Amino acid sequence: MSSTQQVLAAGPSTLNRPRRRSWHPHLPGVELTWAIAFIVPYAAVLVAFAIYPLVYGLWMASSPSLYLTLFASDEYRDAVVSTMLYVGIGVNTSLFFALLLSGFFMRRSRWVKAMLVVSMLPWALPAQTGFISFHWMLVYWGFLNSVLEKLFGIYGPDWLTHYWLALGANVVASTWKTMPFWTLILLAGRMAIPQDLYEAADIDGATGFRRFVHLVVPLLANLYLVCTLLSAIWMIGDFNTVDLVSGGAPVGSTDVLATLGVEYLFDHGKPELGVAAVMAALPVIVALGILLIRRLQTRDVQL
Amino acid sequence: MSTIAADARLAPRASSRAHSSERLRRYLRNLGTWVLSTVIVVWTLAPLYNMVLISLEPEGDVFTDHIWPRVPSVESFWGVLTQSHWYLEHFWRQFANSLYIGLMVTFFALLFGTLTSFAIGRMRIRHGWLVTNAALLTYVIPASFLAIPFYRIMQNYGLANNPWSVIAALVAFATPYAIFVFQEYGRSIPIEVDESARIDGASPPQIYLRIYLPLMAPALVAVGTYALLLAWNEYLYQFLLLSSKANMTVPVALAQFLSSDQSPWNYMMATAIIYAAPPVAIYYAFRRRMTAGLTMGGVKG
Repeated sequence: MSSTQQVLAAGPSTLNRPRRRSWHPHLPGVELTWAIAFIVPYAAVLVAFAIYPLVYGLWMASSPSLYLTLFASDEYRDAVVSTMLYVGIGVNTSLFFALLLSGFFMRRSRWVKAMLVVSMLPWALPAQTGFISFHWMLVYWGFLNSVLEKLFGIYGPDWLTHYWLALGANVVASTWKTMPFWTLILLAGRMAIPQDLYEAADIDGATGFRRFVHLVVPLLANLYLVCTLLSAIWMIGDFNTVDLVSGGAPVGSTDVLATLGVEYLFDHGKPELGVAAVMAALPVIVALGILLIRRLQTRDVQL
Repeated sequence: MSTIAADARLAPRASSRAHSSERLRRYLRNLGTWVLSTVIVVWTLAPLYNMVLISLEPEGDVFTDHIWPRVPSVESFWGVLTQSHWYLEHFWRQFANSLYIGLMVTFFALLFGTLTSFAIGRMRIRHGWLVTNAALLTYVIPASFLAIPFYRIMQNYGLANNPWSVIAALVAFATPYAIFVFQEYGRSIPIEVDESARIDGASPPQIYLRIYLPLMAPALVAVGTYALLLAWNEYLYQFLLLSSKANMTVPVALAQFLSSDQSPWNYMMATAIIYAAPPVAIYYAFRRRMTAGLTMGGVKG
């Protein structure tokens, strides 16, 4: 059990284990003072700018009538459905293709390495830049329809005025942006598989698809699940993609919880309702967070 | 063990028998690489090409049906650099604001991150796990969920439209990752280094400054790059908290273009490209070190 897992594990479980060596069993007075002084700056930031906003937000959203208003409104129900579709489809698309791509990038040729460098570009760009470009590519007179018309003679639809097309645009833009990151993580996971295992599989005649199913999948399963959970948490809180790509179009139907919350604040002047809109998803985040921590704890079972 | 060795000796003979099918397979493999590479390049670069295409349009000629610039003009880039459009009258000021916020967030995330991980990971202060667990909490809760309460708090404190409100929020979100990476990396430095320094009479601040920080240099670079990019690329908090033209950052200024249907889109895209250039350059310059930091914090046990 390494110390990261101790860090990530809930506190009491670390008490049962032999403590790692410290400077001293009990820090003498002066050093204890220093240690506390070292922790205080971050502890202050944590309390003032993370825990206090969280508590303040829970307090703002504490009135039950807010939730009655929310659940009675169509736009909120639309946002819940859109969030589930956006996250459900987005996470799996991004991670599935990242898994396949990471296999491609395991090849050792110079060309493939150059491709890896190119494919990282969306991740290196600011999210806003890429998403603005996606938006203007998908408007009726945008680049995509120009390409369809010039190269294939097809007159494309107005992508951002149909619900499914607009939702798809959000998913595609999000995949475009996040897939390089997950590819990199899964590539690191594949690299961590000892070469002997590949060689042993090779000798046993397991190559290509069979090696993937019987060797790579079982060994990467835990990491893949961790990535899925983390990606789901991030996507539930994603504001940029939907705000900038579809902007909620058509008529707010593709709005997700994060964008709807900000709309309640600015367009309707109801900050409490905005906070309640996102805080209603907090139990899901907490559940995913607990699962994530458990998964991180079982990491060392894998190899 | 011996059967495996026998199989290994058999393998070359089997492959020589299937020599032509091996060649076909290699051909298909190359074809696959070529097709996949094309897909990757088109997929990755299409939105970027679209951006360049629009930015090169002379004004008033945006959104026609062509797929390459007919009359390429760098007028829009020149316009951004000389602040010649009223949307962009404070461009360099806003660029400096972005840079200032980025550097401050990097500095404080590194400072607080190293101090905390030194006290918890090296000095092993008791109940240190309380702080790391609370940090984990902020890492798991999406920043957008706390945006509205944060906005209200900053208004109550009279810090709305102040860059320090953004810096505070971003430091709070960047530091947990910093602490995890530092603790992970710190485990590779033997605790005996600290002990021998203590025997020589070094005080904790001396050990932190003279021993801990120099040994942590690679992790500092990785996390510093991460924090700088996080702050430079962040949009929601800057959009909520910074409202005046003199105080806003480049991403907020970019969003100003979207408030009208008749904005000069070529100028917007040129601004977006100029805004994106520094993080891309930094990312590629520090790519290997960042990847190392990523795997330190995220993948390995």
